[in-house]
Amino acid sequence: MSTEQRMGRRGFLKRGGLLGGGLVLGFTVPMAKRLGAQGAPDSKLPAPNAFLRIGPDDSVRVILAHAEMGQGIWTTLPMLIAEELDADWSKVSAEHSGVAPAYNHTAFGFQITGGSTTTHSEFDRYRQVGAMARELLVKAAAAKFAVKPEECRTEKGMVIAGDKKASYGELAEAAAKLPAPEKVTLKDPKDWKIIGKATKRLDSTEKVNGTAQFGMDVHFDGMLTAVVARSPGFGGKLRSVDDKAALAVSGVRQVVKVPSGVAVLADHYWAAKQGREALKIEWDEGPTAGLDSAKQREDFRKLAATAGAPAAKAGDAGKALQGDDLLEAEYYVPYLAHAPMEPLNCTVKLGENKCEIWTGTQMQTVDQQVVAHITGLKPEQISIHTTFLGGGFGRRATPTSDFISEAVQVAKASGKLVKVVWSREDDIRGGYYRSAFLHHAKVALGKDGYPAAWKHVLVGQSIMAGTMMEAMMVKDGIDATSVEGVSDSPYMKEIPDHLVELHSPKTGVPVLWWRSVGHSHTGFVMESLIDELAHKAKKDPVEYRRELLKDHPRHLAALNLAAEKSGWGKPLPAGHFHGVSVHESFASFVAEVAEVSVSKEGILKVHKVTCAIDCGLAVNPEGVKAQMESGIVFALSAVLHGEITFDKGAVKQRNFHDYPVLRMHETPLIETHIVQSSAKMGGAGECGVPPLAAAVTNAIFAATGKRVRELPVRTDQLKHA
Amino acid sequence: MITLQVNRKEHAVDADPATPLLWVLRDLLHLTGTKFGCGMAQCGACTVHLDGEAVRSCVTPVSRAVGKQVTTIEGLSDDNSHPLQVAWIQEDVPQCGYCQSGQIMSAAVLLKGKPDPSDEEIDAAMSGNLCRCGTYQRIRCAIHKAAEMSKGGAK
Repeated sequence: MSTEQRMGRRGFLKRGGLLGGGLVLGFTVPMAKRLGAQGAPDSKLPAPNAFLRIGPDDSVRVILAHAEMGQGIWTTLPMLIAEELDADWSKVSAEHSGVAPAYNHTAFGFQITGGSTTTHSEFDRYRQVGAMARELLVKAAAAKFAVKPEECRTEKGMVIAGDKKASYGELAEAAAKLPAPEKVTLKDPKDWKIIGKATKRLDSTEKVNGTAQFGMDVHFDGMLTAVVARSPGFGGKLRSVDDKAALAVSGVRQVVKVPSGVAVLADHYWAAKQGREALKIEWDEGPTAGLDSAKQREDFRKLAATAGAPAAKAGDAGKALQGDDLLEAEYYVPYLAHAPMEPLNCTVKLGENKCEIWTGTQMQTVDQQVVAHITGLKPEQISIHTTFLGGGFGRRATPTSDFISEAVQVAKASGKLVKVVWSREDDIRGGYYRSAFLHHAKVALGKDGYPAAWKHVLVGQSIMAGTMMEAMMVKDGIDATSVEGVSDSPYMKEIPDHLVELHSPKTGVPVLWWRSVGHSHTGFVMESLIDELAHKAKKDPVEYRRELLKDHPRHLAALNLAAEKSGWGKPLPAGHFHGVSVHESFASFVAEVAEVSVSKEGILKVHKVTCAIDCGLAVNPEGVKAQMESGIVFALSAVLHGEITFDKGAVKQRNFHDYPVLRMHETPLIETHIVQSSAKMGGAGECGVPPLAAAVTNAIFAATGKRVRELPVRTDQLKHA
Repeated sequence: MITLQVNRKEHAVDADPATPLLWVLRDLLHLTGTKFGCGMAQCGACTVHLDGEAVRSCVTPVSRAVGKQVTTIEGLSDDNSHPLQVAWIQEDVPQCGYCQSGQIMSAAVLLKGKPDPSDEEIDAAMSGNLCRCGTYQRIRCAIHKAAEMSKGGAK
């Protein structure tokens, strides 16, 4: 306990105060303890005390099954409970849960934050918890007031009956002794006071005064900090290491070999880093020694000319593609690093019978299992303290738990309480990239100018192959995440003769989901091709899409709203041009209109992006807007700059000077509009990314007549008369 | 031993004079509000003030801070009352939050020199601070708002 308090000097203590000081009686449902992950007997309700604690000081503490990495669930999930609870919002705070089956994702069955699913997957569970707690508080109040529960109402953290009232804090102890309700009635949406209202983030204060605790900030007395020297080539093995000079560096305490390389443990990061630089290491070249980006691209191109695994098929695309009016195009996107602002890190305290981990992770259950495997402990002996994540974008959800398992290996080999820290160079060069993809498309236009036949071949590594998700996600040679956005495109579905084929070459490069996964490239390629076709057919790009999407009302709603709000078709400032794009991902529909100018020298400026999203109900419209802004900036980084390349097996980029990301002066004005929609709720965190690239490159075409078929955009290719 | 003035308090630290100020702040003084992002002055997450000037502490040897006032995010205000902190909360700026200490410390120096900056001046002053969550637009708004608050005499 003493170590926790030590580390809790700052944010942790403040946030953990409800648990720590013994001041607070948790609001618990007695049955729930015995039932573990289950709710009330014979019910499908969740166990409220896993998700909610109400203190005698009226504090309402919401426990989050998901991790906050910027996307705003620290606020959105509490909104759901607070709504049904009729809580006083000013008393609501949040914390991350530990790892336990009670916190498994309601759809995926294990604890994970990803796929832009948090809000819609928790919409029922978190509201039910709030409603259950409210019912118990009302019962407790009714007993106290000697009235019937029906005579009580709730408002802002109070139960009121006539002239009697009691706060939730006053009632918490009595309510905790009552049996959990077997069923609850949720509010009619017309009575919502919090859901659907723009709500400010609950984590802003600690993020503007330096007290928010990220994994990087974890500290214990006696803890050592380690950096790991890893092979410059993926999968390369250590041949030999001479650690004499490293151990002579002041502050360096220990050097240990781990499966991924050589770890230098020191009193602090700087000493560890100096120590690492002093290591004399020989690596074998590893299986990716010959890796070369230019050559790989040629290999991809050759593959694209051969038959791949069919991902979607209708009619006879081969026969239909014999006509004269054909569009044939090759598109290419490179590998990309996630580069979250907080470099990867993980702190491990490994004991005989337990292992404690502090880190920012998106996938606790998998981490727990991987650590169990390494340590020989049972999963329940492994606890994970999820800190704030300094950005995730998918990088902190690795099926191999790479940065966590490595830290556990360092703790195991050294016998020390240790924090393993990655440098930015380690992050950029450490793999787990968005796969490079090459698309080859051949489209026949019908007499009406609309696509009549379409053949589309994709070449790129599968992110699922070789992981424990392969069985679920790869069917008949098709990794669904490689082709999503093409094989299930609304355009493709309407074309009588079409064929989508996939090649998934193995290259040895570790690849991973990257914010919006397959849609990060398929959105670009499909919406570029549609734009190419519109121009070939001499039709307005918005009108062209309207016709093709006439039976897809949610695409249309987003498209129309973005077109209207951007002033599509209306005069723009001299030299400014519009490009449009609309794409469905993660069950939401987003259209974006980019306004750009391109100087004769090829200097591109993105002035404005107008975005419209139909995500169904926007639980926190302010959060949805923030996520659209975020996705647009993230995507624009990739459009203008993002590229990981290989030369002689090694990654060429190292840090933000040669893997640049968007800066403030490059950031357009972003305007987001939310479609008023009662359709099925979708995601937000990733959905702003996919349409952006094509909106920009389509605008570049409008400005210059130059079609960008490869990212990132290169200035020398945009020079025009 | 090196003597440092950090947030108006004196600290004695046992560090090599070449150690970057960032690691002295974070690993020796446990002032972890100042963040490590790149280690080569590319991202601005480590921005602190040395006698009121914004510096990237990841490339500033601790020896350079001797005899100067070091201010970190923890020392910007005692009660989150700095106009930038107030504006940041009002504009709902942070997302993951990791870069925001550095953003605010850079903005504080900007506002000292230019109490009412234009968008262009904000862009110029803030382009050294990266944010992967893309909060730039809200940062711009918040800086304008803080400027407004300061003008009105509000603290």
